[in-house]
Amino acid sequence: MNAELITFYILATLLIVSSLSVIFQRNPIYSALSLVAALFFVAVLFLTLQAPMLAILQILIYAGAIMVIFLFVIMLLNPDAREPRRFLWWGFGSLAAGILALELIALVIPRGAKVWSGGGAVGPDFGSPKKLAESLFTDFMLPFEVASVLLLVALIGIVVLAKREA
Amino acid sequence: MESSAVMESSSLLRWILLVPLLGAVINMIFTSYRDRKTAGWLASIALAVSFGLSLWIWFGLSSGTVLNDTLFTWIESPPFKVKMSLLVDRLTLIMLLVITGVGLMIHIYSLGYMGKDEGGVRYFAYLNLFIFFMLLLVLADNLLLLFVGWEGVGLCSYLLIGFWYQDHTNTIAANKAFIVNRIGDVCFLLGLFLLFWELGLKGIWTLDFVELKSHVHLLSTGRITLITLLLFAGATGKSAQIPLFVWLPDAMQGPTPVSALIHAATMVTAGIYMTARLHFLFALAPATLAVIAVIGVLTALFAATIATAQNDIKRVLAYSTISQLGYMFLAVGVGAYSAAVFHLFTHAFFKACLFLSAGSVIHGLQGEQDMRKMGGLKSYFPKTYWTYLIAGLALSGAPLTAGFFSKDQILWQTFSHGSVLLWFVAWGTAGLTAFYMFRQFFMVFHGECKVNDHLRAHIHESPTVMTAPLMILALGSIVTGWLGLPEYLFGSAWDHWLEPVFGTQVNGHGGVLIEILLMLLTVGLAAGAIYLAYRAYSPPWVGGLPYRLALNKYYVDEVYDSLFVRPMTRLADWFAQIFDMAVVDRFVNGLAARVQASSFFWRRLQTGNVQHYLLYFLAGTLFVLGYYLF
Amino acid sequence: MLSLNYYLALSALIFAIGVMGVIIRRNLIIIMMSIELMLNAVNLAFVALARSHGSMDGQTIVVFVMAVAAAEAVVGLAIVITVFRQRQTLDPQEMQLLKG
Repeated sequence: MNAELITFYILATLLIVSSLSVIFQRNPIYSALSLVAALFFVAVLFLTLQAPMLAILQILIYAGAIMVIFLFVIMLLNPDAREPRRFLWWGFGSLAAGILALELIALVIPRGAKVWSGGGAVGPDFGSPKKLAESLFTDFMLPFEVASVLLLVALIGIVVLAKREA
Repeated sequence: MESSAVMESSSLLRWILLVPLLGAVINMIFTSYRDRKTAGWLASIALAVSFGLSLWIWFGLSSGTVLNDTLFTWIESPPFKVKMSLLVDRLTLIMLLVITGVGLMIHIYSLGYMGKDEGGVRYFAYLNLFIFFMLLLVLADNLLLLFVGWEGVGLCSYLLIGFWYQDHTNTIAANKAFIVNRIGDVCFLLGLFLLFWELGLKGIWTLDFVELKSHVHLLSTGRITLITLLLFAGATGKSAQIPLFVWLPDAMQGPTPVSALIHAATMVTAGIYMTARLHFLFALAPATLAVIAVIGVLTALFAATIATAQNDIKRVLAYSTISQLGYMFLAVGVGAYSAAVFHLFTHAFFKACLFLSAGSVIHGLQGEQDMRKMGGLKSYFPKTYWTYLIAGLALSGAPLTAGFFSKDQILWQTFSHGSVLLWFVAWGTAGLTAFYMFRQFFMVFHGECKVNDHLRAHIHESPTVMTAPLMILALGSIVTGWLGLPEYLFGSAWDHWLEPVFGTQVNGHGGVLIEILLMLLTVGLAAGAIYLAYRAYSPPWVGGLPYRLALNKYYVDEVYDSLFVRPMTRLADWFAQIFDMAVVDRFVNGLAARVQASSFFWRRLQTGNVQHYLLYFLAGTLFVLGYYLF
Repeated sequence: MLSLNYYLALSALIFAIGVMGVIIRRNLIIIMMSIELMLNAVNLAFVALARSHGSMDGQTIVVFVMAVAAAEAVVGLAIVITVFRQRQTLDPQEMQLLKG
């Protein structure tokens, strides 16, 4: 067992636990906080995968922006925390999700069995802001512009939706 | 049609066809229904143009030339191709002249006869449409196009029989004609399919007459016999032969000029035209020819005996038409196509003349058709009397009239063909023909007048617009026969004219002497019959069993009714009232009820809850994923 | 030895957890959080594959996924707010107007 593997196991365990916590917490506030934790662990996993720029973006956008909106909405609406839980339905959902997990793993394992030693295959600046920007502004120029339009449309959309009827 | 014939293109042909169609369309759409006079003149002029064009072609057609006019390609499915294409050879030309010439006379006659009728415009539109289809039938250069005309004339016949549709019996008669014809047409269509298929198996996909002629020898005799029998079955429907003749007498419910044009001169001869057109095919099937000859002569005899006892002026003529058509088929059956077409030609004149003369009498008597209520009309109808007499003599085969030459030729061809029995029956029928014709003649024009006094005051001879065509047709009833003089006189211009189509006719053996002898026998018989009719036009055996049989048309209608019509309607009733309700309806309703019940069950799936839908969706995804994985 | 399989398996697990959350929870906001979880699982797979193939394309895609996720989150939450104003609840089972 090397350090990499140990790190991965620790991170994976934390991620799974916090993810489960997201869906099992009764109180939406706790769920949201668990999600923040899960997103943070994903960011750390990005770091182990030599994607430092994405890790920073993950924390900035998700934890910093999206989660704030979630918390804001939760507090704005202050919904009733009591939620009926039906045993049968939960059984169905858990069963389906379990089968899905098994099938997905069975799907990816035979195709992804590529072993790499840490950092050997790629250059030291892999995942740096420079590399990411190069890719984003050359090969993905058009999708990038489209994404900006998408964000603009979303902006206008939420203004229309959330505005109280006059 | 001769393979050596020169094909010449002529765009004149399409106008022969299209002008009557144009007349029909204009009368149908544009002419006001009150404007009968315009409609009549329009229709007559359209036909006159066609007649003129036909004459023009007749003058210009040199020997051995075949005219051809292609309008467009109708069906193309390589290697099969049907063109909307017209063809004129000498046979077609004869038919053209008959249709347009006699048709023109009848159109002009109709101006007087139908001039005051409510539906005059409709009448003339139908008449022109009929002419169009009839011309299409004879001009077609392939069997499929011929069939279009064949069906088209059937439709027009139906429309015109039921012309006065307010009277229910007319509608029934029209239906009867249409349905009986349908039986024949189905056979015709089957024959057409079979011919097409069998030739196709040999690699020749065609229905073109010229190509058919050069390829039919590839077929086996058995197949040809079957094909020709089916085609002939179609002809028995259209040309009113045993067993499908029953519709023609009922078709007399239509206006009299229609009876003259469609049910005497033109449409009913379509069967003869078809067999003559396909003579190369029929010639390869001796068995079929024998059947045709026997059916023809039986029909001739059968219809003639019925005609002797009928009392309706038009029905006598209708049965006479059936009988004469039987003669034509007899000629076809013994291979004398030229004689058959010759009789068709002369018959068109004298039978049209007879019908129109009868129409003139009916018109003068305000619609009376029962001969027992006529008599002594000679002085009232001076012109009609003479035309009737001339045409009647022609039908009876009096010497030097048209019917004499044409019928005599058929009898002689039959005799020289070696069928003495057929000749004997046909000879006897000639006597019957003369008898029923003059029985009718004397009943109508001689003796004491049995018209009631009220009506007698109004009897009048028809106007000139009606009598002029009568006189022209009466003239034709005499002179047309001179085209086909027998060999021992000057030789037949007719046979010579048709040689390019049918090839040289074998004019039999036996010699001139026997021919003259037979001719004298026929004339003698006819003369005797006429005398008999004169002596006792109310025959002495009235009331006897044979008379009653003939009067009631041998109960053929009743037999058909109980054998086919009634079981059929009973079956239809059973299907409609029992089978339909008990089986079809219950099946359909039960199916609907089951579907509804299962819908009541399955609609519970539509909970409206998004999460349920999501679970179904996930289940589907899992299933597909699992299917590809394992 | 650390292989790609570890990451992909982890990604699959997180994705399944997200799906489970969407199905079983009856609170619209938590359902949306579960969707975020699923998106992150996919992101993780992208980054792992990018690392494995030595190509930056996978990482670039993640940027776009984030942009879409941001748009989705704000629009979704706006809809949630509107729905809540109308019906005073966040339970999707209370919103079954289209039922058979």
